[in-house]
Amino acid sequence: MAYSDKVIEHYQNPHNVGSFGSSKEVQARKDVGVGIVGAPECGDVMQLHIQVSDAGVIQDAKFKCFGCGSAIASSSLATEWIKGKTVDEALAIKNTEIVEELSLPPVKIHCSVLAEDSIRAAIEDWKKKNGHATAVDAHAAHAH
Amino acid sequence: MESPNFIHLQYNLSNMNKPRPLYLDNAATTRCDPRVVEVMLPYLTEAYGNSGSRNHAFGWEAEEAVEKAREQAAALICANAKEIIFTSGATESNNLAIKGAAHMYAKNPEGQTGRGHIITALHEHKAVLDPCKRLQKEGFDVTYLQPPADGVITVDMVAKEIRPDTILVSIMWANNEIGTINEVPAIGKLCHDKEIIFHSDGTQWVGKMPTDVERDNIDLLSWSGHKMYGPKGVGALYVRRRKPRVRLEAIFDGGGQERGMRSGTLNISGIAGFGKACELCQHEMQAEGERLLKFRNRLETELAKAIEVTQVNGNASKRVPNITNISFGFVEGESLLMGIKDIACSSGSACTSASLEPSYVLKSLGVGDELAHSSLRLSMSRWTTEKEIDYTIASITKAVLHLRKMSPLYDLFKEGVDISKIQWQTH
Repeated sequence: MAYSDKVIEHYQNPHNVGSFGSSKEVQARKDVGVGIVGAPECGDVMQLHIQVSDAGVIQDAKFKCFGCGSAIASSSLATEWIKGKTVDEALAIKNTEIVEELSLPPVKIHCSVLAEDSIRAAIEDWKKKNGHATAVDAHAAHAH
Repeated sequence: MESPNFIHLQYNLSNMNKPRPLYLDNAATTRCDPRVVEVMLPYLTEAYGNSGSRNHAFGWEAEEAVEKAREQAAALICANAKEIIFTSGATESNNLAIKGAAHMYAKNPEGQTGRGHIITALHEHKAVLDPCKRLQKEGFDVTYLQPPADGVITVDMVAKEIRPDTILVSIMWANNEIGTINEVPAIGKLCHDKEIIFHSDGTQWVGKMPTDVERDNIDLLSWSGHKMYGPKGVGALYVRRRKPRVRLEAIFDGGGQERGMRSGTLNISGIAGFGKACELCQHEMQAEGERLLKFRNRLETELAKAIEVTQVNGNASKRVPNITNISFGFVEGESLLMGIKDIACSSGSACTSASLEPSYVLKSLGVGDELAHSSLRLSMSRWTTEKEIDYTIASITKAVLHLRKMSPLYDLFKEGVDISKIQWQTH
């Protein structure tokens, strides 16, 4: 199966690879949201670190990814797209947009889903640390 | 008109002019040796007869080619030419051996249960496992041996599972993904003592390692042309004729070719090439094996030196020399293939498959899923060079290091976190 040129470009020169510290360090930082999704036995794990201002703007983002080329490209692209966006704007990013941008074939759609999930998970983590209502809270409130 | 020289025909493949990747996927298929192609060509162009035509020269020369190939194939495994059945390849040979023997030696007629017991192993090729699964539906019992961590099926493992109604044991000689060698001669001896038919899938063994069906106690042996520098679409099944005489129920009905065991017009050019490939292997396997063993050791040693947390899968010494299967921790196999795209090889990762399941062979050995996803199979041929091996070592090292820089699992490992203890969010 041939990869699209954009996937190959992200694979060779991934954007924003890295982290804002070890797992313990970022756990302690209130301005950093951490999202880790996937599982090694499934063949992909995405880790997204976002640094968010008090006003809720994503100032910087770093990713690490264990996965196929499409997973790497999806997470690399996600960091590009969310930088400078507010958390609400970032939450509006849909996996289908990633599929389209990277021309992912159907068998690789789960990579884009994982990227969307990692954005949500990182923002949830930041919200929880900062006492904002999370999607989980909203869900619970709705249930009442 | 002079006949064209087909060897020099212009290739017309779309990507023939682009640089070709280095080929290290010889356990999938090998290049057909040019000496084999040369033998095959006349049977496509001039000597195009049907070996079943008994009353003209075209038929005679075709028959002569087939009988020569039968001698060459028999010589490779120390058998009698009458014991060789030509087939379309190892899948057909395995089907014919397993279904053919089960049906012939069934304890109960069709439609009943308790028709007989078969022993095989979980890490066999699908061309053995799936015929066994079908026989289960037809009323046979099958025991699938769980291989140990080193992948080697021993005679004791088989002995423990033998029952009074065991009619067939099918254990491959060398495994296609990890190259491990099972205790075939001893298992064969056990089967002979117990009067059980013994079949071995020799696809990755025959032509690479010395084979003697008498010494090694084989009743049925499958192998394929295209794994040993012959053409695709042709293989053989050895069927023992005496002590004991093994009988098979045919799968194909028709013209009764191959002593009734495999009806269908013979693939003359393919068979002629297969015979030549057998002859070449017989003469070249020893030197080739010694050379490839050095390459394999070099690959494994150098990669382990350059990259921490690598694991060679399968028994360290009981392996065929041309195959190695290595897991590189914290790096996903498909992305690794992408990083070494000028090297053609296989990965145990099945990221492209809908199931997302990694290699069932590695899983059956108890290799963790994440290490199974991180595995590469490199398999060499008689044309593999030392320069290619060195290039491969450098390429893989570079790609693994590139990927580890972005691997969250590698970070966790470096932090001393046990990845297997983490509660992952599976999807």
